[in-house]
Amino acid sequence: MSNPLYWSNYVWILGLLAWAPSYAQDPSFTLTIQDHRFKPPELQVPAGKRLKLLVKNLDATAEEFESHDLKLEKVIPGKSEATLTVRPLKPGTYKFVGEFHEKTARGGIIAK
Amino acid sequence: MLATAVIVLREVLEAALVVSIVLAATRGVLGRGAWVTYGIVGGTLGALVVAAFADVLAAAASGLGQEIFNATVLFVAVAMLGWHNVWMTRHGREMAASLSSVGTAVRLGAKPLYALSIVVMLAVLREGSELVLFLYGIASAGPGQSTQLAGGFALGLVCGVALSVGMYLGLLRVPAKRLFTVTGWLILLLAAGMAAQGAAYLVQADILPPLGETIWDTSQILPDDSIIGKLMHTLVGYTARPYGIQLGFYAATLVVLLVLMKLFAHGGEPARRPAA
Repeated sequence: MSNPLYWSNYVWILGLLAWAPSYAQDPSFTLTIQDHRFKPPELQVPAGKRLKLLVKNLDATAEEFESHDLKLEKVIPGKSEATLTVRPLKPGTYKFVGEFHEKTARGGIIAK
Repeated sequence: MLATAVIVLREVLEAALVVSIVLAATRGVLGRGAWVTYGIVGGTLGALVVAAFADVLAAAASGLGQEIFNATVLFVAVAMLGWHNVWMTRHGREMAASLSSVGTAVRLGAKPLYALSIVVMLAVLREGSELVLFLYGIASAGPGQSTQLAGGFALGLVCGVALSVGMYLGLLRVPAKRLFTVTGWLILLLAAGMAAQGAAYLVQADILPPLGETIWDTSQILPDDSIIGKLMHTLVGYTARPYGIQLGFYAATLVVLLVLMKLFAHGGEPARRPAA
């Protein structure tokens, strides 16, 4: 067994510290749900970058943000918001819906 | 109404299929109906609670509560399904024998029915809580929505139950000698699919790395949100655009369970517990 106090046993912590702040630097985009519609319905984002997607549900009832294209699904209770991480995207259009109101709650992310 | 019915069907599909597989896998076991009922009732109550506290859950664990909760529910179900299959490798043969000789309910009280009851409960709980939120949303949209709500809910539920009954009747056509082999494989695939889905939730929560963003893309041929896609998703874990780690979890679950089943099938003394 090596000495538990030996510095090299803890190098991984440095790695963790170096990695952690990368979260905070992801560019952030906001989508609003109101009257079971997304605003804006189309969102332009940079391709190839991790993104934060803040989804604000202004309606009184819950909505499920769902996108098979983005591989995300999350229930957002009424009058609340949720942050989703979008993994780096190839250029293209990625559709999403509010599953509970699929007729009206539709939109897309355009990665360029 | 049809739109509502489709969503209801999509949400009850998984639970309905799980119930039919569990019922087939417990054929001939006394008291299985009661256990499955406990599972459904418990899951429904749980779904109401989860829906009522959806905001608390969503805010938990720095906003990742939902993902962690869903993944946990799935992994517990995987463990229960695995435990059932391992148990069956020891007792399946005697059960099949008594099924073919007696043909009616036999007393095999030692079968861990609670494990499958929990699986049913978790399946109902997970999909049910979303359904509750969806229906509550329609209901609160105004009094004019009530026919749409009731009709759509009933239609979706009836279709789900019909699928479940159809699957169960289909499984009953399997000869008794082979029935538990077939249900064993169905449960194995169910477990592997759930493990893969649990992994996807943890990738969404950024807890696990994806290890490959899109291993294949069959979303044009069989989309995830089609009824067939959803059916295949439940039965064999189909995903139109899987992450690498999902395939890893899928394969690992299959391998681990098959190895455990092999180990426990012959190793050690046969666990001969008296019938309760």
